[in-house]
Amino acid sequence: MPTIKSIEDLKRLREEAQKVKELRDQTGKTQIVVGMGTVGIAAGARDTLKAILTYIEEKHLPDVILRQTGNIGVGGQEPVVQVILPGAETVTYGKVTPAMATQIMEEHVVKGNVIQDFRIEA
Amino acid sequence: MRELSLHLLDIAENSISAGASRIVISVREDLVADELWLEVTDNGKGMSEEMVAKVLDPFVTTRTTRKVGLGIPLLKQAAEACNGFLEVESELGKGTRLTAKFQHSHIDRMPLGDLEDTMITLLLGTPAVNWVFNFQYNDQFFEFDDTEVKEALGDMPLSDFRVIEFLSNTISDGIGDTKIITTEKGVLYANH
Repeated sequence: MPTIKSIEDLKRLREEAQKVKELRDQTGKTQIVVGMGTVGIAAGARDTLKAILTYIEEKHLPDVILRQTGNIGVGGQEPVVQVILPGAETVTYGKVTPAMATQIMEEHVVKGNVIQDFRIEA
Repeated sequence: MRELSLHLLDIAENSISAGASRIVISVREDLVADELWLEVTDNGKGMSEEMVAKVLDPFVTTRTTRKVGLGIPLLKQAAEACNGFLEVESELGKGTRLTAKFQHSHIDRMPLGDLEDTMITLLLGTPAVNWVFNFQYNDQFFEFDDTEVKEALGDMPLSDFRVIEFLSNTISDGIGDTKIITTEKGVLYANH
């Protein structure tokens, strides 16, 4: 499908997505949560989230649900990103720069390998 | 925070925390009057007069896990340092409106920064909220209301890569086109 330019295109996109969904088995979606409290924003959470979006957009990654939340409650570790693969437990990463976010997308979200070095206790 | 767009993101997060289902963010650049206005209006749970006084105080937060909330006082200080002000009007059960005004040309005024990134972050991060974004540049006006997009998409997530691209383009083009100034001598493109 070419680039979306209008609301009509969006409706067509949805119809196509529904057809694909019917064919695909129900495997669930990966969730990515970014902490966007004041501290997170000041620490660069918006750029981190932007890097995640850019990755999804450039790699045409399907089945990813992105969410933001207020403070995740791990003070001093912002920006915080959590990845929840379908059926897996939540993995929390701390002090996530845009470059680290891209690595997390590549290694964890796509390949399924948790990056232990970036991991923090939540 | 070095960009006003980051402050807007922060203020909007307060509205999300207040349980708002509709949040309107307005940015108005008036180069004739030399004013820059920011406004965030929500239909969240609102605050009492006492609470409004408290959120303007740097040592208050609704958080229970930490004792200080600095977002609003920081923006207030920034506005006042630029011959402006910040005010919060709120009514319990109705919602809250925060307004900040800056002297546009003031040497200490923070740049607006990336409004598009702020909007995309809010739209995609908290899709349950109805987001409205107004941008005014002198007499040019751009409004984005996500209602139509969400109706068209139904249960499809906004974080679909094609939708992200569409939303980014719509907002950045909207802001960009608004900043085209038509004068008697031709067209000028504002770049700040």
